[in-house]
Amino acid sequence: MSPPETDIAVRLSGVRVQFGQTELHFDCAIGKGQIVAVTGASGSGKSTLLNVIAGFETPDAGTVGILGDDVAGRDPAERPVSVIFQEHNLFAHLDVATNIGLGIDPALKLGVKEKAKIASALLRVGLEGFGKRLPPTLSGGERQRVALARALVRCKPILLLDEPFAALDPGLRAGMSNLILDLHRQEGNTILIITHHPDDVRLLADSVLFLDKGRILLHEPTAQFLEHTDVSAVARFLGR
Amino acid sequence: MINRMERRWTLAAGALCLGGILLFVCLAAAALLAFDEPGSANDGVLFDAYVWRVARFTLLQASLSALLSILFAIPVARALARQAAFPGRVWIIRLMALPLGLPALVAALGLIGIWGRQGVLNTALVAVGLDQPVSIYGLSGILVAHVFFNMPLAARLMLGGLERIPGEYWLVGANLGMRPVSIFRFIEWPVIRGLLPGIAGLIFMLCATSFTLVLTLGGGPAASTIEVAIYQALRFDFDPPRAIALSMLQISVTTALLIAIRLLTPTADEGHGGGRKVRRFDGRSRFGRVGDGLVIVLAVLFLALPLGSVVSSGLRADLVKLASDPMVQRALLTSIVIALASCLLCVLSAALMIRARQAALSSRRPAVFLRGLSAGIFASSSLVLLVPPVVLGAGWFLLLRPLGDVARFAPLLVILINTLMALPFVYRVLEPAMATHTARTARLAVSLGLGGWHRWRLIDWPGLRRPLLMALSFACALSLGDLGAVALFGSQDMVTLPWLLYSRMAGYRSTDAAGLALFLGLVCLVLTIAGTPRAGADDTRSKDVTA
Repeated sequence: MSPPETDIAVRLSGVRVQFGQTELHFDCAIGKGQIVAVTGASGSGKSTLLNVIAGFETPDAGTVGILGDDVAGRDPAERPVSVIFQEHNLFAHLDVATNIGLGIDPALKLGVKEKAKIASALLRVGLEGFGKRLPPTLSGGERQRVALARALVRCKPILLLDEPFAALDPGLRAGMSNLILDLHRQEGNTILIITHHPDDVRLLADSVLFLDKGRILLHEPTAQFLEHTDVSAVARFLGR
Repeated sequence: MINRMERRWTLAAGALCLGGILLFVCLAAAALLAFDEPGSANDGVLFDAYVWRVARFTLLQASLSALLSILFAIPVARALARQAAFPGRVWIIRLMALPLGLPALVAALGLIGIWGRQGVLNTALVAVGLDQPVSIYGLSGILVAHVFFNMPLAARLMLGGLERIPGEYWLVGANLGMRPVSIFRFIEWPVIRGLLPGIAGLIFMLCATSFTLVLTLGGGPAASTIEVAIYQALRFDFDPPRAIALSMLQISVTTALLIAIRLLTPTADEGHGGGRKVRRFDGRSRFGRVGDGLVIVLAVLFLALPLGSVVSSGLRADLVKLASDPMVQRALLTSIVIALASCLLCVLSAALMIRARQAALSSRRPAVFLRGLSAGIFASSSLVLLVPPVVLGAGWFLLLRPLGDVARFAPLLVILINTLMALPFVYRVLEPAMATHTARTARLAVSLGLGGWHRWRLIDWPGLRRPLLMALSFACALSLGDLGAVALFGSQDMVTLPWLLYSRMAGYRSTDAAGLALFLGLVCLVLTIAGTPRAGADDTRSKDVTA
């Protein structure tokens, strides 16, 4: 897979991250508009990969390119990236609309136009009229939808999801997957999603980044990956 | 995790605070070390018989205080642990937390009211026909006062340990038919024994550096601790070489103690029990119940009578006249200004340093300078334990003396010393709360570009309001009740409430003193209660800022 450089959303070249004794190496290129599932055993470096792209972690060597720009030295908020974590995505003492509003302006100067934007984002994630609710009164799935709504109003071309369904019941997982897929079709954004579930991979991903012991072992289209049972780590992941 | 700009500012501010603290302490120490006056004695004479006697007495009273506090605390803790349904048990445990917040001077007054020459005890003894009064002054008085303060502390720590024993132990014990002696030997004692080094070290440290109680109850040079001797050497004898020798001695004693405590206590146990309900099956027999009840009642009397004495004699004072006394009003104003300034300064610098420490350690491999900064900040929070207020004061006293009247600098020095005194406590209140808060909010805030004033306004203040206010009120109470710092610098122009109370006591105007003590005690208690994490604090902490 080597698409032209202008079609690359994220490129990691020679990225090295040292964690005590272990060293992680990332080299990959992710095409614009793709949904990429990032998967592998715990401790294989999935979250670090996302943290490097988001700017939470500074690599010891190598370059991180986002949409053709080297983003070294840029704070997380200055990168064209939205992040949704497994949990703790919302400030519990601020209502849903305020939490989303923070995505538009961290100083919370919100005019009529911005408020309309918040309302329409809530509508799109299926939480119409939830604006005044406080996060602790919502279910886990609803909270993740609010986080998605905030990502929508931020309009960043790249969305990083760090196990966004991990705290959800199986029934809710499918609903969330479909929502993400719908929004992706409307927005055309690039999505990297960490997941432990082969089902998510099948349903969502165009391609799969498979990590093993701090290295990217495979990066290939989903269909090809699902057949890749000759690699023992992949076979273990797929449960075969 | 914060953005680059803010990280740099935070680190700079933290380094500035740390530098200020180190400068303040080191200048005092340097002044003590470098003091040279024509005719000042050499070392051989410095450590004369008097100094050694003071050192011996300091260690003796601290050992005895720790021993007695622990000996009395064991039955009290055990009785409270066994009698979970004792009437008013919650209030008894709260009563045992009170001495911590009580200014030592106020407690001393209450203890004199009970154990003193005209106190309740001696009056009763005389009435029964005994004419040998119990003396509150000297070693016995110091011990009574130290046990009054530290027995409840030890008992609460032990009770916490006993209540953390898994419920299955009691089931097994009951199932095996273990008698109270075996239960104590095989279940309770091992737990208490594990806590003992930490508790003993803490109490020993508190008693070895005790100033106010020894000053008021020591009753003369025969019963003087190093801290009081430093004060007397500077304030009465004006003998700086002796004050220096004593200060050096004090620093080496506290250093040795801190090292010993560090080595002796493998795990720091916070030990606030009283949470889970665990059913115990022992202590149900009539003998056990009566015995435990007796122990609890005696402990309650021991603690409550002096407090009651403060209240009753305080109410007998002419409070209206006292409140309209311009001297009292001025002292109150001075105390409030000093307490507010020092608690704000303390909480602000502690918060900045904690934040700087987080920022310094946020990268995977912090630079040597950053690691040094974070270690320095951590150590500085306990620095004042090493260099007690009176020693700090002595250093600055000598440093400023060439510049004229030391009293001119008194307010600033008292504020700074009080700030340092509160720092260890404030640091321990704020650090865990801020660590949790940062762990939960930092990444989210950074990813949204939320920083500086807006993060403080929207995220940090709502999330940290409780611990910040707690730290403020605790630091404020500490400063309001302090006599140690002000004792060296107090003068006609600089009178705080404790200093006024002390002078009224010394001037035998005991009704005035009683009224002031009641007022001061109440204010400090209210502030301390507001500043103490409640037993259910863990529940409120889990209601955190993110969802």
